[in-house]
Amino acid sequence: MPDPQPVTVGPGGVAAAGGILLALALAAVVLDGVLAARAAGLPAGAAVARPLDETVRLLRQRRRAPVSSDVLLWRLGGGGLVVVALLMVAVVPLGRWVVADLDVGVVWFNAMDVAVWVLVWLVGWGPNSVHSLVGGYRFLALALAYELPLMFAIVAPAVGAASLRVADVAAAQEGLWFVVWMPVAFVVYCLGVLAFSLWGPFAVPLGRDVAGGVLAELSGVDRLLVQAGRYALLAAGAAFAVPMFLGGGSGPVLPGWAWVLVKTVLLLGALVALRRRLPAVRPELAMEVGWVVLLPAVLVQDLVVAVVVAARG
Amino acid sequence: MTLQTVLLVAAALFAVGLYGAISQQVVVMVMMGLEVMVNAVLLAAGAMWWFLAPDPAGQVLLLVVLAAMTVEMAAGFAVATLVHRHRGSDMTDSATDLAG
Amino acid sequence: MLLDVAFWVLGLVAVASAVLVFVVDSMARATYALALSFVAVGLALLLLEQSYVGVVTVLMMLMEMAVMGVYMVMYMGMNPALMPMSMVHDNRAALGVSAATFVVLAAGALLVPWPVRRGVPAPDVTAALGEALMGRQMLVMVVVSPVMVATIVTGVVLAAGRTRYDRFGDDLDASPPRDPHRGGVGR
Repeated sequence: MPDPQPVTVGPGGVAAAGGILLALALAAVVLDGVLAARAAGLPAGAAVARPLDETVRLLRQRRRAPVSSDVLLWRLGGGGLVVVALLMVAVVPLGRWVVADLDVGVVWFNAMDVAVWVLVWLVGWGPNSVHSLVGGYRFLALALAYELPLMFAIVAPAVGAASLRVADVAAAQEGLWFVVWMPVAFVVYCLGVLAFSLWGPFAVPLGRDVAGGVLAELSGVDRLLVQAGRYALLAAGAAFAVPMFLGGGSGPVLPGWAWVLVKTVLLLGALVALRRRLPAVRPELAMEVGWVVLLPAVLVQDLVVAVVVAARG
Repeated sequence: MTLQTVLLVAAALFAVGLYGAISQQVVVMVMMGLEVMVNAVLLAAGAMWWFLAPDPAGQVLLLVVLAAMTVEMAAGFAVATLVHRHRGSDMTDSATDLAG
Repeated sequence: MLLDVAFWVLGLVAVASAVLVFVVDSMARATYALALSFVAVGLALLLLEQSYVGVVTVLMMLMEMAVMGVYMVMYMGMNPALMPMSMVHDNRAALGVSAATFVVLAAGALLVPWPVRRGVPAPDVTAALGEALMGRQMLVMVVVSPVMVATIVTGVVLAAGRTRYDRFGDDLDASPPRDPHRGGVGR
């Protein structure tokens, strides 16, 4: 049973939230590794240890910077992704607890996912490298296409709940989850999560055709932070979908916090699995799809929600 | 944090923006100056709202300031694009057709 | 006390990064210094208990600066990072004018006998703002919306290099339009 007035946790809770986010990101890495191994016909066992190996390898690797790179902006961009993911989950209630019970939590999440624009572009700009910069511009091109549909997608649950506080949105789904009667918004939201995590079809900013794009010049701990940031953003996006669309902590038998975690893990798993099932989105084509197809679809969804809410009184 | 101190900070921001808007040669940098000035207006309006008359109508003014900022940006960049396309220039000094 | 410290830090960051905008010689750094200034003001608005306006300021300005960075790189004819040179005109006059402006504004801020606070904020400021926008202040929204649409149209008309005659031919009957890139929805 979700509590409409969540308890704000202290510093220990903040650390716990960070730990949970990290664990979720790690789980996503392992799952992705297992799926990759299975797709390649290899035994999945080795994939389980892969994230740890990779972390240790990157931590031991020397960080290098190309000639006349803008190190300050580059490091800010790289380190910022994890921070933004943490700030996103700060407004997600875990059962009774929440790190920051903002009355405009939904807008806060939106502001944080816009910060990803800045950070990814900075990671592309920083190293003074053509391939990185191409990756950064590709991300901005995708971002212009996905951001407005994403914004209007998270407007739908907020209108449905008549509140911008995330806990209120979760509490408003007693009996009927928003995903059931706002399917379009949910699908567009998930696309947005894939996009701001540079994941799956939206991974072209770090595509092989531009030698790794924004990742091209990253090494050592910088590369680790950017990659961790991508997985953390994916996990944060999945976690935020739970109070917005999937009923928050409501569910039988288990306590609220457990349901939030279960739903997050399931959605995160689905998002990770989508990576190999969707074709890459070409940045120069994305704009028209985003604004001619997705945006009107989401606006109609918002209209339906608004009419339903108005009719219910 | 009193009304006076917030207004002082806003005044400093406004002066910095004004300096930029007057002194810069490149159109985009002039627009950065204008943005800093609007930023100051935003802060000052927020302070006035909170310290003098915290009723909802005042916040509407802040949203209007935000909207004005986006309009300024969009129109400004459109003109910058036009000037750049037709003259290959980005300097305010080369777009003085309307100067008397 | 804590609020005061937070405000002064934010105010300092806002002003210092605004100064940096016109001091640094990197286009990306100038743009994101301005973004930092806006974020500091947005957070200061949070301190003044205007959570919606504050967070929306952060949201919009980060987005705007990400796009502005592209324009900066595109339209700065010379790259001041590669070729240090003065990009200002009338520097002394500008400094004088802005200093005088600061003195006048600061004097106004300190010397005007500000009235005492009238009324108290609504318990839910954001909801009150929403109701004001959709109720008594509806006219503001009604005016802002067409202005926004007009801006979009103006921006496209001014900035677009190709007219409809370039796209559809002299008789406007070419189909599909002759665009340099394919669109994403099958054209």
